Amino acid sequence: MLMAASITVQAVRDRQWSPFVPPDPTLWLQSGALARRMALGFDNVVADAYWMRAVVYYGGRLRASRGAETSDRPSFELLYPLLDLVTSLDPHFKVAYRFGAIFLAEGYPAGPGRPDQAELLLRRGIERDFGRWEYFHDIGFIHYWWRHDYRTAADWFLKGAAQPGAPEWLKPLAATTLASGGDRNTSRQLWTQLLNSDVEYLKSQAELRLQQLDTMDRIAELTPLLQRFIEREKRTPRSWEEFAAAEGLRTVPTDATGMRFYFDPKVGRIDVSPKSRLWPLPPAPGNSRP
Amino acid sequence: MRILGLIAGAVFRESVRDRVPYAMVVFAVLLMAASYLIAQMTAGQDMKIIKDLGLAALSLFGLFIAIFIGIGLVSKEVEKKSVFGILSKPISRTQFILGKYAGLVMTLAVNLGVMTIAYYAVLFYMEAVSTPAQQAGWPAPAVDPRLLIAIGLIFAELMLVVALALFFSTFAGPLMAALMTIGLWVAGHFNADLRNFETVVDSAPVVALARALYYVLPNLAPFDVKAAAVHGMPIEMGAVGLTLLYATVYTAILLTAAAAIFRRRDFK
Repeated sequence: MLMAASITVQAVRDRQWSPFVPPDPTLWLQSGALARRMALGFDNVVADAYWMRAVVYYGGRLRASRGAETSDRPSFELLYPLLDLVTSLDPHFKVAYRFGAIFLAEGYPAGPGRPDQAELLLRRGIERDFGRWEYFHDIGFIHYWWRHDYRTAADWFLKGAAQPGAPEWLKPLAATTLASGGDRNTSRQLWTQLLNSDVEYLKSQAELRLQQLDTMDRIAELTPLLQRFIEREKRTPRSWEEFAAAEGLRTVPTDATGMRFYFDPKVGRIDVSPKSRLWPLPPAPGNSRP
Repeated sequence: MRILGLIAGAVFRESVRDRVPYAMVVFAVLLMAASYLIAQMTAGQDMKIIKDLGLAALSLFGLFIAIFIGIGLVSKEVEKKSVFGILSKPISRTQFILGKYAGLVMTLAVNLGVMTIAYYAVLFYMEAVSTPAQQAGWPAPAVDPRLLIAIGLIFAELMLVVALALFFSTFAGPLMAALMTIGLWVAGHFNADLRNFETVVDSAPVVALARALYYVLPNLAPFDVKAAAVHGMPIEMGAVGLTLLYATVYTAILLTAAAAIFRRRDFK
């Protein structure tokens, strides 16, 4: 009875007052060395707690970014300190380095857009966690995908190939990257390798990136058709249905997830819808499928 | 030996009657079950987190049992004056101390055993409901025998903590004994810093004092192989053996000191 009364009072209070939540919460403890001492032998559990906080922080910020006005989009400034704490407390937490690097490198507003921090985190992984080949590979990937620096990417792939337990495909990948780095097919090859990863999140990242690459190819195919339509009609299409009918397309064009494209009549550019899982498209290397 | 067994049995029965260990075991089991729910928001790291939480729960609740029962082992008997009745029988004070110690270690062993069974049951369940693709991403198998090495070392550390609590219990009240035991447990985890004190201090006497403290205070950090066990990394059995030997020797020192202090105590 009293418990029911307590729940009722709490529900009424929560409806009328919400506690103040600072827009950018403070991370009081930022020193990994201090955190290790304070953990008193429970380093792994504290690392797990910070890992969950980092995942929730990233997920929350990403959700808040979707559909928000540019000025209202949140920052991701606590992400690196959180991941640094996690990996200081548990230096062998492989997934924290690898996922963390993906989160950090992700371009704004889907992430902080800090490939430099992603590389730093992975370099720490190399120092602290026996130089696993995966960290070399992921640094190469950052240079390939986000910085479009194919020579450096190839160097890192080669370094990775020299590590114990490295897969055989890493060395040829370095050669391909060096020979045809800017080609979208090479990107597709890179992500297809990651589809075989034993880490579930990396697999889903690879699936997403492959869908994005397919979508970018689709946009590249549609763009000349759109230009042709605008030149012929002296206006932009009123709807995708009109465009599809005029250009002889069998269906309304969609991205790889089946979501209709977004068309900005002001700039005449086709993009994925902000509601699509594929939004925003990365500044991926290459232009088109041969 | 028979007398030791009788005292140990009495301590075991008393701690079982106290129901404190039961509450802790139930709490630990609940925590492990809760870890399954927490794991849902860990981006695929559920197995690692369940292993970490389980080992931490074993260690923490074992520590609570060791300290909060250990500190009352002697002082409670003295406060209740039941010590007079016990010591009037043909039992030496050393036998009394050793019996008390053995009883609490037995209690701890049973509690840790129950928690270990519950822990492995959770891990077994997790393995059964996971897909082969999920299992391929784990750094070590779910039901990994290496975890038993970590649990064994947790038990050895707790045996040492029980000896500490019992030692303080022979001359201090429960509160003071608890504070001193917890203090030394904390210091035991910082101990490695004392070894390399010369890197932060220039004074030779201070460095020598720090080095002396490093060897005198209990060094508990080597008992912690939880991270290695969870990540499926190799655990040096030679180091484990030496750590167990260290626990045995240090516990023997504490029990000898506790018995010596208790022999000299005047209960009039």
